[in-house]
Amino acid sequence: MQKMSAMNRKLIQNLAETLCKQVKHFDKRETECLIRLFSGLLGEQAERRAAHGLDRVRFRNILHNTFGMTDDMMMDSVFRAFDKDNDTYISVKEWVEGLSVFLRGALDEKIKFCFDVYNLHGDGYISREEMLQMLKDSLIRQPTEEDPDEGIKDIVEIALKKMDHDHDGKVSYSDFEKTVKDENLLLEAFGNCLPDAKVEITSNYFCM
Amino acid sequence: MGLTISRAVQWSSDGDQLENSPLNNDILTEILLFTEGFEDRHPQEASIPFCEPLQWNTSLEAADFTSDIYNTRGESAVSLECDDKGRPLLQLSPPAITVHSFYHLSNLLKLSKDKKMKEVWACLEVNREPIKKIFGPISPTIHKGKLFSILHQLDEKLLSIAVRPITREGRLSPAAVNTEVDLLKRENRVLKSVHYTSDYVFSNGCRSPPWRQMEGEICSLIIETCDTEPTLFITCNTSGVFLNERINGEGVENSSMTKSEVYKDIVTLLKNQSPHFAAAADEQDFAIQDVPSAKKILHVETVDVEETGQTLKSYDHEEKNVPEKLAWNKPGSRNKKLEPSLKWKNLGLTSFYDEEEEKARRSRESKKSPGPASENKKKANFSGSSLPGCQSSQKTKSPGGADDFSESSSEDEEDEEKPERRAEIPTDLPSEYWQIQKLVKYLKGANQTATVIVLCTLRDFNLVQETCQLAIRDVGGLEVLINLLDTDDIRCNIGSLKILREISCNSLIRQTIADLGGLQTMVSILDTPVKELKCLAAETIANVAKFRRARRTVRQYGGIKRLVELLDCLPDSVSLSAEQERDADVARCGALALWSCSKSTRNKESIRQAGGIPLLARLLKSSQKNMLIPVVGTLQECASEKSYRIAIQTEGMIEDLVKNLSCDNQELQMHCASAIFKCAEDKHTRDLVRQYDGLKPLVMLLNKAENKQLLAATTGAIWKCSISLENVAKFQEYRALEILVGLLKDQPEEVLVNVVGALGECAQISENLATIRKSGGIQPLVKLLSGTNQALLVNVTKAVGACATDPENMPIIDRLDGVRLLWSLLKNPSPDVQASAAWAICPCIENAKDAGEMVRSFVGGLELIVNLLKSQNKDVLASVCAAIAKIAKDVENLAVISDHGVVPMLANLTNTVDDKLRRYLAEAIACCCMWGSNCVSFGEAGAVAPLVHYLHSKDPLVHQATARALFELSKDPNNCITMHENGVVKLLLIMIGSTDAILQEAAASCVANIRCLALANDKAKNGWFHMHMDTIVIQTL
Repeated sequence: MQKMSAMNRKLIQNLAETLCKQVKHFDKRETECLIRLFSGLLGEQAERRAAHGLDRVRFRNILHNTFGMTDDMMMDSVFRAFDKDNDTYISVKEWVEGLSVFLRGALDEKIKFCFDVYNLHGDGYISREEMLQMLKDSLIRQPTEEDPDEGIKDIVEIALKKMDHDHDGKVSYSDFEKTVKDENLLLEAFGNCLPDAKVEITSNYFCM
Repeated sequence: MGLTISRAVQWSSDGDQLENSPLNNDILTEILLFTEGFEDRHPQEASIPFCEPLQWNTSLEAADFTSDIYNTRGESAVSLECDDKGRPLLQLSPPAITVHSFYHLSNLLKLSKDKKMKEVWACLEVNREPIKKIFGPISPTIHKGKLFSILHQLDEKLLSIAVRPITREGRLSPAAVNTEVDLLKRENRVLKSVHYTSDYVFSNGCRSPPWRQMEGEICSLIIETCDTEPTLFITCNTSGVFLNERINGEGVENSSMTKSEVYKDIVTLLKNQSPHFAAAADEQDFAIQDVPSAKKILHVETVDVEETGQTLKSYDHEEKNVPEKLAWNKPGSRNKKLEPSLKWKNLGLTSFYDEEEEKARRSRESKKSPGPASENKKKANFSGSSLPGCQSSQKTKSPGGADDFSESSSEDEEDEEKPERRAEIPTDLPSEYWQIQKLVKYLKGANQTATVIVLCTLRDFNLVQETCQLAIRDVGGLEVLINLLDTDDIRCNIGSLKILREISCNSLIRQTIADLGGLQTMVSILDTPVKELKCLAAETIANVAKFRRARRTVRQYGGIKRLVELLDCLPDSVSLSAEQERDADVARCGALALWSCSKSTRNKESIRQAGGIPLLARLLKSSQKNMLIPVVGTLQECASEKSYRIAIQTEGMIEDLVKNLSCDNQELQMHCASAIFKCAEDKHTRDLVRQYDGLKPLVMLLNKAENKQLLAATTGAIWKCSISLENVAKFQEYRALEILVGLLKDQPEEVLVNVVGALGECAQISENLATIRKSGGIQPLVKLLSGTNQALLVNVTKAVGACATDPENMPIIDRLDGVRLLWSLLKNPSPDVQASAAWAICPCIENAKDAGEMVRSFVGGLELIVNLLKSQNKDVLASVCAAIAKIAKDVENLAVISDHGVVPMLANLTNTVDDKLRRYLAEAIACCCMWGSNCVSFGEAGAVAPLVHYLHSKDPLVHQATARALFELSKDPNNCITMHENGVVKLLLIMIGSTDAILQEAAASCVANIRCLALANDKAKNGWFHMHMDTIVIQTL
């Protein structure tokens, strides 16, 4: 057992060494912490799946418990954004890379991340339908309105008008990038998918 | 049954349960009785199988099916009878039950015993449209026709039950119409005849055919009046009474052929149609019109329902004694009236009726707007129509109840929709207004994500434009934005503040923000760790705190302390990290807010107490102009306080202020100059400005004459700096005077005050007097004497006075009538101006040619100046004394002022302890002794003894003047005695020892005069005085 953990530590250190070179915002020590955290989380998971990495449910738990996210759809989307190879599991590499952007990302990286999250269909555009889906619960429905969704549809149009710089009826990555650079507030335009500023300030605790 | 079930029956609010209401009870009881007796009454029709079975959850059990036509197996039961496909016509598999014919329905109810009602209830709850199930979607086949008509009858019956509560509400009811027609028939003197078109009366009291009853029609009448030519064809509807254009018996299908207006009852209609009837009715005091018709209908209804059979009786009473009748029925009817109205609000049928009528009546008025308003409209109609009779009964001459009815209902509608409609009226509102209104509406119901989108969109409007600013306020946007500041969501906070920051440049918005408590929230936001948020909050505070109440609020909620804390950063490290840059930005915003707040004196003190001064001093080292402007702005604002002026000097801020005088930003330069202006009252500060080479940049700034604010601040600084002679020398070197003289024309007053002030100070050096003359400064200066600005006049008189000390300048001033202008300023209400003018007059009189003549030429001038000796202001008195001393040099003028009583007035002032006044007063007394008996008069007025005491003063100038005055006064023996008594000799002997020749001479002469007097006395009397005097003199020497 003792030997095992010693070997484990060695493995983790090596892994951290390699990963921290690929990742921008974590040094070796931090990477090591994250890897340890990852394997800790995996350990809780059923052995059979452990080989692949974190599954969706566990990842969502982290998003919910640690970062206070509540929107199911957003959490699933964030999972997809982390899961770069689309194998429904988050590998240790995806974990460290994802958190690097998620916690410490520069604006450019965050724009890319958020766009990936919002690009529900993965087609490189955020369409009206996707917006509608993401914003569907964002307004209190007025019971007096004939069409309770009218407000939402209007919000979607407003958002589209603001973002669709090339007037093709959908938001491309460059549209999104330009919009967010003009107005940083619109980074999370379609739903909370990043830790909020307060967490960000104390984000170090996550890597301790 | 179909119609009644779907429309008339009251469903619970969630729509899937029958409400337990009296009306439903009535209807269901009717259905129950109908169904139960169906098998007996229509055996043939009862066996017709339904197109679709009725299915519901029953409470019956297999054990209940005791009849032998059923086969029970365990818990389930089936009928032996089957349809043509072999399905049993009744099948029970608890709790579900399926029934295919009325025969079995009847049987089932009979078996149910006490659960009958429950079964009907359960059945109808799940079978909303039994008719459809019975007959299917297609129209009934011939052999089903009989069944259909039977069911239709039931439906009508049910309908009449459902209608009953509606008629109770005060609309026309069959009974009410009936009573009225009965009444009219009896009054056959006014009407020729009254007939119903149909003699058949339906069970619900209506005479119109059922399909017309559906439209609310009760009956049709043919009335012949005495005067109207064609016979009147009248239709009575539940909504009112109206004339028909034509009537063809029962063949008229079109119920909307309404021609005339709708009236509340037949009498009203007749009154409008027939003048004869109206006259007769008024004459006879027609019983009907005295009884509020609604009450009448009401009570008829109650009687009808509750006390059938007594109807006629009640009407017999009515004719004879109306009040009694009302009293008779009152208690019951009142309660009855209120009860039903509660339940028929939800009644589907009423809305059906209502809409039908509404359409007919209003088709010409306007197209109805669908949507949320229609709900309100219905309510409005109900409330409006509930008591139309009561509303109109008071004004019997009015066009009629129906009009009132529609009017009142439309009024109610207006009330409901007023805000909306009113907002629609101003068509000149820009489209932005409506867009903003919509966005604010969304903001009210949006979650964080949508809020941010909406806020960003709102920011895209031109928020600098007042229409947008006020639109946000007018649609209640400020409340929402300020509410958003209270949320935890940082992005919402930021988005909201970004808008508030922009629109708070409007003073109306500022006030509203303060009114709504926005400042308190923003002050608390300053505690956030998010720097962007801190900045925005501080900047918005800076914008809002432009008026006093807001500034006070900021202080009271601890804002000053928090804002001062924002200043804490290192501004001037060579290369700033991103984080440090953000800190610097926070400090900049904090300084901006403090700048706004520092316009209140108490806030200045709070800033100091919070330790703001050293932080400001540190920020002053910054090289960023956007940082320096608010910092210096705050400093110059606070420099009105002595504590700050000292701090600015001791914290070494003068150096930085001087340094920034040479920057390339005029606003910053202005604030620096302004700070120096305020601080340079202090001599050490003036010296510091010179030591840091601040005078040259100040002179350089004089060239930027186009920026008046900058010019005012610069000239102010130059003025205050020129109080020090060393500085004046520097200004001479930089040729500042020439530039200043050039600024005497076409400048705003705040610039002129400073320029003239500076010239006045520079004139301390006599060389400069020539400079002013040579650069043409005298003429504009004298011209300024005719101004009204008191601060300016004080400085101008001083400058002119200074110029007048140069003998070459005086002729110019004289030629420009400067002395007269100065003299007229003695009448200025301001003591400062008076004094300054009087001081200026002195050198003028001294240096002018023929000064005496000139002074005499001012009509009333001498009296004016003598009277100023009554002033309470020490400086005025001193200056006037000085002027009188000059005036008195001319004997003629001295005679005049003596006539004006100058002697007792001067004598009155002698008790002063003010050295300046003492000096000039003594001079004036000395000069005034030259005329007539003035010398004696001074003694008599008691001026001598106080003067003697002036010699105790420490001021040598007082000594000189006093000695001269005493010398003059000593020419009168009595004065000598008084002086001697007051111990003057000892004092004068000391003065003789002075180095001041004039003083020596005056003192010695005075002693000589006293000595002469003593000798003369000695000769005459050989008395003690001589002896005594000698001893004194010898001893002292």
